[in-house]
Amino acid sequence: MRELSLNILDIAENSIAARASVIDISLILRGVFLEVSVKDNGCGMSGEFLARVTDPFTTTRTTRKVGVGIPFFKMAAEMTGGTFEIRSKKGEGTVVSAVFDIESVDFIPIGDIGGTMGALIMHAPNTVFTLKIDVRGNVYEFDTMEIKDVLGDDVPIDGIEVINFIKNNIKENFDAVNGGIIP
Amino acid sequence: MKSIEELKAIKARMQSEINIRGANGDADTRIVVGMATCGIAAGARPVLNAFLEEIQSKRIKGVRVTQAGCLGMCKLEPMVEVFVPGKEKVTYVKITPEKVKKIVADHIVNGKIVSEYVITENAQ
Repeated sequence: MRELSLNILDIAENSIAARASVIDISLILRGVFLEVSVKDNGCGMSGEFLARVTDPFTTTRTTRKVGVGIPFFKMAAEMTGGTFEIRSKKGEGTVVSAVFDIESVDFIPIGDIGGTMGALIMHAPNTVFTLKIDVRGNVYEFDTMEIKDVLGDDVPIDGIEVINFIKNNIKENFDAVNGGIIP
Repeated sequence: MKSIEELKAIKARMQSEINIRGANGDADTRIVVGMATCGIAAGARPVLNAFLEEIQSKRIKGVRVTQAGCLGMCKLEPMVEVFVPGKEKVTYVKITPEKVKKIVADHIVNGKIVSEYVITENAQ
């Protein structure tokens, strides 16, 4: 993956596939360590599946016998000297989190987080998505419920204009709190 | 917040559009972008966003953009399927944001399939 945002998109797609109704994404920078986490209340995984989920030869997909999404994310974090963790409980949900050293030469740039959120919301318009960005104490929070409150019942959140608005809005706010700190 | 005002303006525009067009979703042209790991890694997200931006900036109506999982041929990603009502499905392969502009202008607006991007039998 060329952007961390693409890893986040890929991981959160698993949450959509797990039929989560709430997906919380957070990026928290403390010092040089960026913690990225994707938390959902989807169907979760059995202990047996969880134990082998970082193995590329484990997958839920039906078109291939290989699943590289989670291994990619884990590798991206570990390449920077960071860590990876996945916790899950059948019927309760899953939390995938990874810590990256943003000063490592192997840190993959964050990329277009607005584009990632737009794609996710469009794919699962009925799911509640929250995004929290905390760059050394500068915080930006986004919640699809706030957008839906403004739109009301008759204007869907996944209309093209609304998605483009969300995408650009998140991008601007991310850039404002980040101030170029996370590459 | 300035952005809330912007969102309210979009809401007002969309409400009037819904009133004019009604809920005739079945008659829409559908663009499907493959968004599994293979698609994402190959650049499907910028392709999806390019469709959204082109459709909005050219003020095209009656088009829906949706996402699917793996469309089955990972090495040909990003893949895009276009469903025009009453016509056969067209599958485009190895799409980029630049190619999206041509697909929107030629195929979506003028109904002319961009044959050089279409999957061929020997591509597999």
